[in-house]
Amino acid sequence: MSKKPTVVLDARAVDRTLRRMADQILELNDGTDRLIIVGILRRGVQLADRIVKIIEAQEGVTLPRGALDITLYRDDLQTVGPRPVVGATHLPWTIDGQRIVIVDDVLFTGRTVRAALDELADFGRPARIALAVLIDRGGRELPIHADIVGKRVDVVAGQRVDVFVEELDGREGVVVAHPTADVDSEDDA
Amino acid sequence: MSGVLGKDLLGLAQLSADQIRVVLDTATPLKEISLRQIKKVPTLRGMTIVNLFFEASTRTRISFEFAEKRLSADTVNVASAGSSVSKGETLVDTARNLEAMKIDMVVIRHPASGAAKFLAERIESNVINAGDGMHEHPTQGLLDLLTLRDRLGDLRGRRVCIVGDVLHSRVARSNIWGLTKLGAEVAVCGPRSLLPNAIEEMGVTVFSRVEEAIEWADALNVLRLQLERMEAGYIPSQREYNRVFGITRERLERAPRELLILHPGPMNRGVEIDSDVADGPHSVILDQVTNGVAVRMAVLYLLAGGRPEQAIVAKAGVP
Repeated sequence: MSKKPTVVLDARAVDRTLRRMADQILELNDGTDRLIIVGILRRGVQLADRIVKIIEAQEGVTLPRGALDITLYRDDLQTVGPRPVVGATHLPWTIDGQRIVIVDDVLFTGRTVRAALDELADFGRPARIALAVLIDRGGRELPIHADIVGKRVDVVAGQRVDVFVEELDGREGVVVAHPTADVDSEDDA
Repeated sequence: MSGVLGKDLLGLAQLSADQIRVVLDTATPLKEISLRQIKKVPTLRGMTIVNLFFEASTRTRISFEFAEKRLSADTVNVASAGSSVSKGETLVDTARNLEAMKIDMVVIRHPASGAAKFLAERIESNVINAGDGMHEHPTQGLLDLLTLRDRLGDLRGRRVCIVGDVLHSRVARSNIWGLTKLGAEVAVCGPRSLLPNAIEEMGVTVFSRVEEAIEWADALNVLRLQLERMEAGYIPSQREYNRVFGITRERLERAPRELLILHPGPMNRGVEIDSDVADGPHSVILDQVTNGVAVRMAVLYLLAGGRPEQAIVAKAGVP
């Protein structure tokens, strides 16, 4: 019953989309002053890296790139099991008064972003927090929206959006996977 | 729904190499929380943890308390300096009272070997052994493993020698279990009167001279010499012990490679370890303390949640 996954973005399209998102981030923040790009583990980190490299090449600056692991802030820790793997948060700068852009691969329920906002609040009080996502697949369960969206994808219930990045998956691209029996979702929580 | 560690952490003897690795891998990113300005994550919000200490402890109790608080658990400390009543009965009564107050976890330190297991079989809450008699001190073993792994990388084939009073040491036992499971070679060294009979059967090498141990090892875990051992006639005197088994700079200078020096604390400077070693460049003693909080946070995180079915198992057939 498993259908072949539908390709939403291929490698070149991902690159083009990230370039556009980088431009939009600069526009939204009036340049790179006090700008910190923060990727959400796991694939948001690699996407944040790409965006940072694009901005650095374009603007001739170096930009801090942080990483957030939101596991310890999840709202379902009492119900999920076994315990999700904890990853490393890396945010060694003061974020007070800074302009933070959170980068993630897929925006779905909004619960990950809620957790990320709570975690950022434990690090300080940024001047502004914006959200940039490669894919917005709809299905929000919280009042959260993205400031910058790479691509909107309409997905029916049960379908899964998979983002692949070279560093972790050995290939680049975004596909919509159709429901199969043995797939367990690990993204877009 | 059961956690990777099951309901309780009673010792490293019961854990698989994979389970030990999960704890260490979880502890590593948790270290970052203690470096934040707000040293707290909401993970265990609403959970109540009782620290039940029937034996003196500063480091371990405070370390557990920091770990609990940094994960946002509510904590209660119950200290009981010894008890005149039969220990078994006291423990059951205490456990029943605690359960009646709706708690989620118990961290127990007790002078009797097996006390943590005894409690774990009788209450639904998760039980963490913070040291039971001469049996095990699993979180100490885990933090030693983490400290060694941070410095040496993969522990397979690495050589660790435990020096001192192995006979009475729960730290030694947890270390031997943990290290051998992760593939390290383990040796012990100390006065024959303070080494258990047939210790070789745990798969460890025995050195009778500390110079041999220093020549062999990548790391030394130096155990505390308890004063009461001397009174009981296990060793002639502290000075004699230091002369034969003390870890001194002179001895370490003759080592063929740089040795890591661990000590579970509290130290007797000038007895089992000299000050210039304890404070020297190869000492990772304070790293152990830092890692202790992270390892305990990892254990709390991994044990919390997923209790109900296991509680039934725990209750079944036990009075």
